[in-house]
Amino acid sequence: MESRVNLFRTQAGELVVALPETGIDPAWLARPLAQLGLENAASYTAVRVEMPASRRWSTPDAAFFARLLAEVEAPGRRIELKGLPPELEKLLALARGARRPVAAANVRQPGIGERVGLAAMRGVDDARALVALLGEVVLLLPRLLAGRAKMRRAELVEVLAESSSRALPIVAVVSLLMGAILAFVGAVQLKTFGAGIYVANLVGIASVRELTPILTAIVLAGRTGASFAARIATMQSNEEIDALVAIGVSPVEFLVLPRVVALGLLMPLLYVYGCGFALLGGMAVAMPVLDVSATAYVAQTQHAIAGAHFAIGALKALAFGGLVALIGCHHGLCAPRSAAGVGSATTSAVVSSIIGVIALDAVFAICANALKV
Amino acid sequence: MISIDDLTIGYGPQPVQSAISAQVGKGEIFAVVGDSGSGKSTLLRTMIGLMPPQSGRVVFQGASSFGVLFQNGALWTSMSVLENVMLPMDLQGELPRAARRALARFKLALVGLAGDEERYPASLSGGMRKRAALARALALDPSVLFLDEPSAGLDPLASRRLDELVLSLRDGLGITVVLVTHELESLYRIADRMLFLDGETHRPAALGVPAELARSAESTKVRNFLSRVTP
Repeated sequence: MESRVNLFRTQAGELVVALPETGIDPAWLARPLAQLGLENAASYTAVRVEMPASRRWSTPDAAFFARLLAEVEAPGRRIELKGLPPELEKLLALARGARRPVAAANVRQPGIGERVGLAAMRGVDDARALVALLGEVVLLLPRLLAGRAKMRRAELVEVLAESSSRALPIVAVVSLLMGAILAFVGAVQLKTFGAGIYVANLVGIASVRELTPILTAIVLAGRTGASFAARIATMQSNEEIDALVAIGVSPVEFLVLPRVVALGLLMPLLYVYGCGFALLGGMAVAMPVLDVSATAYVAQTQHAIAGAHFAIGALKALAFGGLVALIGCHHGLCAPRSAAGVGSATTSAVVSSIIGVIALDAVFAICANALKV
Repeated sequence: MISIDDLTIGYGPQPVQSAISAQVGKGEIFAVVGDSGSGKSTLLRTMIGLMPPQSGRVVFQGASSFGVLFQNGALWTSMSVLENVMLPMDLQGELPRAARRALARFKLALVGLAGDEERYPASLSGGMRKRAALARALALDPSVLFLDEPSAGLDPLASRRLDELVLSLRDGLGITVVLVTHELESLYRIADRMLFLDGETHRPAALGVPAELARSAESTKVRNFLSRVTP
């Protein structure tokens, strides 16, 4: 038979707690006290503890009494405790003193539908804040062009270096491999029609118009956008941004503007650089696999790529660069003031940037289709 | 100089503190004291405009500018100590660069950091970071200085030195100081008056001279809090 604590009421309205020899089983700490016989919790005048004389007190005993008292004591009404040794009374007094008036159990947890709704509302607020940030940056551009923006040149140079020269190797590798993969895929199909030379068209148009801007933006989202978010979120948690505001400097002007401008300027350059490597990758595969000469490949590429393809690609690169910087900075500025906040800001910045880049690319595709370019 | 009128502060719908009213005189060192989570730093953030009050207002009369020493210094880590102190002046853009440099060096010398100008915040001790941040707070010659837990994380000697520095700044430059602290030694050493924020009632529990409140505050909680250290 289970050795358990018994709770019962006396005629005088006291709650008697009869403990077994083995004390409180920790498993009971999570069970409703009604299962142990507690009824009408707020109606007791006192709690009296009965226990075997040989029993020594343990932490589960104290935790059980703290929980019991939390249920039987109404706010502002203390219940007298009888039969407890002074040392345990002292311990319980600490727990009673620390009790907050609002019990956590009373806080209603939202249901799944409500959570979805709340997440959607957060998403809308987030998008609104991002658009507001974009608006603020646009309004600051004339100040920047007039040389009156409150930002450090050293900061801009640092961001430019971070986003350009240090990103070159990874953009080169990704673009080269992307061009090579496209050429392999195209070669297999085009070879069967005897149209192997058209692999240059495939690699050229696909990389210049679509893939290089997207892949470069994704690389920068993972690298530079994440670093923007982490840097600004760290500044947020260290109160460095508050320190800027306290001297009358807008964090958007000082931190966001140089980053958006730097990435907006650099992305088209990185795009051209990436295109070069993508075409090189395509040629490196086409030459041995399709037995195409370098001269023929280059000539076919020149023939295939129109100025409009480059213009669209460069425009996308400019827009993607600004977007990645903006999203990175936005998540940094909105980060909670903690170490965990830095991590979550970084992750959110990368995820949002990738989704944002692909969504914006879809908008470009729709516009290009409508304009027939 | 500073008038706090029936201020209610907080982050969400639930106010952290309400009915805060106090006047801070010119050249006074005014301390905000209270238990953890009582809203001391929130009051300071509201006073300097980093967050809006839920109701009420803070009025500065005759104050041209203010400087802030944040709890952990909040030095800009990508800049040297000298650049940190120069930045507020750089952005104001009123003085030639050489003058800004000389002034920044002077402020750093005032806080005992002469010779450390080119060091970066990461290479400084906690006490040095606090002093560098204090030099930055003084960069624009503020008439009011806000200090958020200046002694937090400092050893007793560094804490005493910082207190003496604050007293010297007040006595020498006539700066008004609003100080958030839970260090009683520091409170008795430098504060002229104090406001006690009660974290349980969410209202101020006492306003007055620290040593007098330790003896005769109406609130037992305030007396107990202040009597942990002899004035």
